[in-house]
Amino acid sequence: MGFLNNLINGISLGSIYAVIALGYTLVYGIAKMLNFAHGDVIMVGGYVIFYSMTSFSINPYLSVLIAVIVCTVLGIVIEKIAYKPLRQATSLSVLITAIGVSYFLQNSALLLFGEKPVNFTSVVNVPSISLFDGQVVITGEAIVAIVVSILIVIGLSLFINKTKSGRAMLAVSEDKDAAQLMGININRTISLTFAIGSGLAAIAGALLCSAYPTLQNTTGAMPGIKAFVAAVFGGIGSVPGAMIGGILIGVIEILGRAYISPQLSDAIVFAVLILVLIIKPTGILGKKVREKV
Amino acid sequence: MNNKTALAKTKMLKPQTKKSFTTYIMVTVVFVIMMILSSTGNVSSQIDGLLVPLCVYSILAVSLNLTVGILGELSLGQAGFMCVGAYASALFSIATKETILVEWVRFPLAILVGGIFAAIFGILIGIPVLRLNGDYLAIVTLAFGEIIKNVFAALYVGIDSKGLHIALNQADMNLEADGTEIIRGALGVKGVPNDSSFVVGFILLLITLIISYNYINSRTGRAVKAIRDNSIATESVGLNITKYKLITFALTAFLAGIAGALYSHNYSTLQASKFDYNLSILILVFVVLGGIGNIRGSVIAAIILTLIPELLRSINSYRMLIYSIVLIVMMILTSNEKARTFIVTNFGKLKGMVLKIFKRKDTAEKEVK
Amino acid sequence: MALLEVKNLGISFGGLRAVDEFNVSIEKGELYGLIGPNGAGKTTVFNMLTGVYKPSKGVITLDGENITGKSTRDINRAGIARTFQNIRLFKEMSVLDNVKVGLHNHYKYSTAEGVFRLPRFFSTEKEMDKKAMELLHVFELDDKADFLASNLPYGDQRKLEIARALATEPKLLLLDEPAAGMNPNETVELMNTIRFVRDNFDMTVLLIEHDMTLVSGICEKLSVLNFGQLLCQGKTSDVLNNPEVITAYLGE
Repeated sequence: MGFLNNLINGISLGSIYAVIALGYTLVYGIAKMLNFAHGDVIMVGGYVIFYSMTSFSINPYLSVLIAVIVCTVLGIVIEKIAYKPLRQATSLSVLITAIGVSYFLQNSALLLFGEKPVNFTSVVNVPSISLFDGQVVITGEAIVAIVVSILIVIGLSLFINKTKSGRAMLAVSEDKDAAQLMGININRTISLTFAIGSGLAAIAGALLCSAYPTLQNTTGAMPGIKAFVAAVFGGIGSVPGAMIGGILIGVIEILGRAYISPQLSDAIVFAVLILVLIIKPTGILGKKVREKV
Repeated sequence: MNNKTALAKTKMLKPQTKKSFTTYIMVTVVFVIMMILSSTGNVSSQIDGLLVPLCVYSILAVSLNLTVGILGELSLGQAGFMCVGAYASALFSIATKETILVEWVRFPLAILVGGIFAAIFGILIGIPVLRLNGDYLAIVTLAFGEIIKNVFAALYVGIDSKGLHIALNQADMNLEADGTEIIRGALGVKGVPNDSSFVVGFILLLITLIISYNYINSRTGRAVKAIRDNSIATESVGLNITKYKLITFALTAFLAGIAGALYSHNYSTLQASKFDYNLSILILVFVVLGGIGNIRGSVIAAIILTLIPELLRSINSYRMLIYSIVLIVMMILTSNEKARTFIVTNFGKLKGMVLKIFKRKDTAEKEVK
Repeated sequence: MALLEVKNLGISFGGLRAVDEFNVSIEKGELYGLIGPNGAGKTTVFNMLTGVYKPSKGVITLDGENITGKSTRDINRAGIARTFQNIRLFKEMSVLDNVKVGLHNHYKYSTAEGVFRLPRFFSTEKEMDKKAMELLHVFELDDKADFLASNLPYGDQRKLEIARALATEPKLLLLDEPAAGMNPNETVELMNTIRFVRDNFDMTVLLIEHDMTLVSGICEKLSVLNFGQLLCQGKTSDVLNNPEVITAYLGE
């Protein structure tokens, strides 16, 4: 039964990684950049929810909505100020800038909210389910995380494949120049991608902080990096891949923590990344791109 | 070839050694001044304690610049390689404390061991990832750094009459009564001999600079720069890209390992938690601010950016915030055409100064002719 | 035996046949042209010849050696060097160093000899400088040896690419639209350079070009590609008078 509990915890953590990984995978597919700051947007979302619930006593669900709006705007602003001027720059410059943005968010939060972690009150009020006479417990947070992530993946797939803006995103990820010639507004599409990714990061923040209720300025960094691992694992650029990769990484992390060593669970996740890159660099559902000569 | 090419002006170009020698002299002069001030008691204990770390950071920055500036790839695993070097050399010194009694024999060997172990890790990490696109290299080196830190923080190693014991917690080591614990998990290693000094640090920095400049200005370095500028063209003239990437990556790791050895022998205890991702980023800030590809700039940036926050404690809490803004602004200014033109045309007075900053990359190239 | 023998070469991208049943035979010392409308697959042929793309079928033989499917690096070592349609120089390196990278495989010393500045470093570098300056002189670039490659005018950049390719001492030189973006005077100058290279380096040249002055001026033989298929090949004057070729270029 312990294994079943661990497995459920792994899937629930993995669902949160999946929501974060979607942000990476969309931005990587469309802007061809690794948005290092994505994880830190989660932390910003967490703080927005925390303060609107504690300082302004706003209803939890409304607080999440506010966080989604704040993070969406933040994502758009980050893209406009830091990344847009570097569209023609080398990937090295873009990556360094993204690291700069990540550090900026972390250290602004440090100055604004202090070093001390705050105790986050869960936004979820779904009761937990007990199975096998209470030997297996599924927390409300786990249920919500799993359900929400499935809904997001379905919704996002529909959006990308069925709406005009979604198809524009597909076109830009396929061939930016050709998409532009077809009358697609590249800047708007990239903005939209950052907006969606950052909005999802806020939701991921709510789920993550509800399940693991300590919030500090570096809260988003590690989950962010692990979610990137998940995106690579599933195949970067693929929406279902992010979901599969996220859940696998979550399960590997929790099982590794339970059965190998608690201190080494992060190391195990990263070892998975290195293995994936050796065996199948394009991930489970990814496709190969070649440079034009 | 025929008469016409025989007539070719065989104008010989001397290897451009001026830039590198200016750097050697600069570093030496600073060293001598500091030594004089120190011996006459004119240096505060605070600065005195910073002398070895300054050398450590400078070596790390110069070595990272080989990967970032010359190869054009981002490595975020500098702290990981340093950690390998620090542990390997510290364990070597502890193990040979009784057998090699002469410090000036043992310490250089320990440094070499640190460098070699780090280089081996560099090669092991490099083989799978160097054929992938640059973003992956960045994330894998970051992952590697975290793995190294976590593994060392979780590791318990002890020795007793029955031999070596390795475990993931203290109790599992099952040491006999006569045993000693060498690595104690998160508490790290105790009893590392205090062999580091400013003199050793200076010598290592100078060696690092000489190796780096010579490397850049050699056949191999030229191949590496070619890969950075255009990998497809480099392959088309028959070069083995992976080989040269790997050599550069291993050299960066080797020098970071040396820095780790210098670091671990400067304090008597060694903890893995010191070698975190933030340290790798800090070194990257030095490289970016000193000018990507500019070796001397890395040293200057490492020294200034280490001293200022220490001397001006009031800005210390804003330090990382300022660094992050510096990273973003530097990248936008140097990579965005519009930003360049805007500044050059709108700040006439600053023009000379600004141009100087922007020309850095070009002069860096001249220096590495 | 011909220097380059290509038999039934073909490649598909995602089911689309980009090039099919391409055959060509080039004798040593020939100046050969590959022409055809945009999108006919000319650069794709170059990319297969140089190992950038792996052909789906067919055989490429260089000087009796089967080089089909080999890596770009090995093909260069076997004796094919190329230039690129969109110039690919080492932009942040000096003109001299661009050529010296081309000389890399013919003048060797180890990394350690370089780092520790052992005698072989100095002697080899000196020889490389001399050889590189000779090559630059051929292209009248020797007085610009110190320039950054990106600071050269366009025409000079194309010439530098040829010099770099020649530095690898190839048997066959592939030029992908060498006259693109050049004015008529520069084109004439380029034609003379290509002839000079062929005569003085005993070089065989295969080039892709749209500029008909250049094609008819220096190419001895031509192959015409249209929609990935070989339309016709033979002596330049015959090919250019072929009604099919004229139709392919001008439309019905």
